[in-house]
Amino acid sequence: MGKILKNGILYDNTIFVQLIGLCAVLGVSTTATNGFFMSIAVIFVLTLSNVFISLFRNFTPDKIRIPIFIVIIATFVTLVDMLLNAFVPDVHAQLGVFIPLIVVNCLILARAESFASKNGVFPSIVDGIGMGLGYTLAIMSMAIVRELIGSGTLFGLQILPESYPGIGAFVSAPGSFIILGVLIAVFRWILTAIEAKRAKAPAEKMAQVPTDSVSA
Amino acid sequence: MANIFQIIIASIFVNNYVFARFLGICPLLGVSNKTETAAGMGVAVTFVITLASAITWVVHEFVLSQFGLEYLMTIVFILVIAALVQFVEMFLKKSSPGLYNALGVYLPLITTNCVVLGVAILNITSEYNFIEMIVNALGSSIGFLIAIVFLAAIRERIDIADVPEVFKGFPISLVTVGLMSMAFMGFQGLV
Repeated sequence: MGKILKNGILYDNTIFVQLIGLCAVLGVSTTATNGFFMSIAVIFVLTLSNVFISLFRNFTPDKIRIPIFIVIIATFVTLVDMLLNAFVPDVHAQLGVFIPLIVVNCLILARAESFASKNGVFPSIVDGIGMGLGYTLAIMSMAIVRELIGSGTLFGLQILPESYPGIGAFVSAPGSFIILGVLIAVFRWILTAIEAKRAKAPAEKMAQVPTDSVSA
Repeated sequence: MANIFQIIIASIFVNNYVFARFLGICPLLGVSNKTETAAGMGVAVTFVITLASAITWVVHEFVLSQFGLEYLMTIVFILVIAALVQFVEMFLKKSSPGLYNALGVYLPLITTNCVVLGVAILNITSEYNFIEMIVNALGSSIGFLIAIVFLAAIRERIDIADVPEVFKGFPISLVTVGLMSMAFMGFQGLV
């Protein structure tokens, strides 16, 4: 279980490692609040569609599985669209077209195809939550960088001093692309550092074994 | 007429779907290794966006809004697009194998290309009439074509440049797209 979660958040992170479903991350990460609600919407759709696709996996004819997946996903996207519209209309207006576009977010279809349609219900739930949390990590790190440096606030609260003028480029479209590029590079750098450490640790252990046996 | 011209300029340059609205990033980054394949993808997208916008607009105007079913828009539109892409693929295979060979590989990818659904939905929310809708669809797909061909041309050069290891591939492409987007911001005062 822990492995599925860890894969979703770190090693198979949909945004930073698999690089799919980038459109919404670029589009809605202007403020932390938007990023937060977008990740809630994605976790909701991803987990529930994973559950249902996994439940129906034995009755789904192989040839028309993609249309079936899309209808299941679209149903939950419509639900989320209505819920957001009813409870947080301001956020719904700001997220705009990106809510219906969760349907064509490659990330959800990719999980349906490669995980939920091959695994049981419980692992699929965990996979949905793990992948969703990975998505949250990506979108929130984008949103925090952009909102904090772009306008000196977080979740709408003033963090940096009032006199901070804000750097418009971070909130605008070009800044979004560049920040995501840099964040992906940073994430890769961290992952390679972790891997290098791991590769080194067993090597050290192996190096120790012969010396131990010699001394014994 | 002035209105139509305004929509063309806005959809190609000012509100370019890639640079200003962040739609279609996956195919943009995925299929922009070579200029020829990028052009093929761009043409296929142009074809599908225009057809899909026309059909979804008609479906919305004469079926969904007539019966008060607007809330089903997302489901109906994505099904229409998926069916359309499948149909176009079969039709091209039978009628013009040459074109099919050129575009065939890109067609299945287009179903999950968010530009297509995005343009279809934005046509409805902007309340365009039929002609404005067609013009907007054509303009925005030409905008996508320009973006993907330009990016492919730049990436061919980046491939031979000395890029830091962690930036290789997608990250440097994203930074490039950011710089291109900055250039496109220059059009902002036009409309």
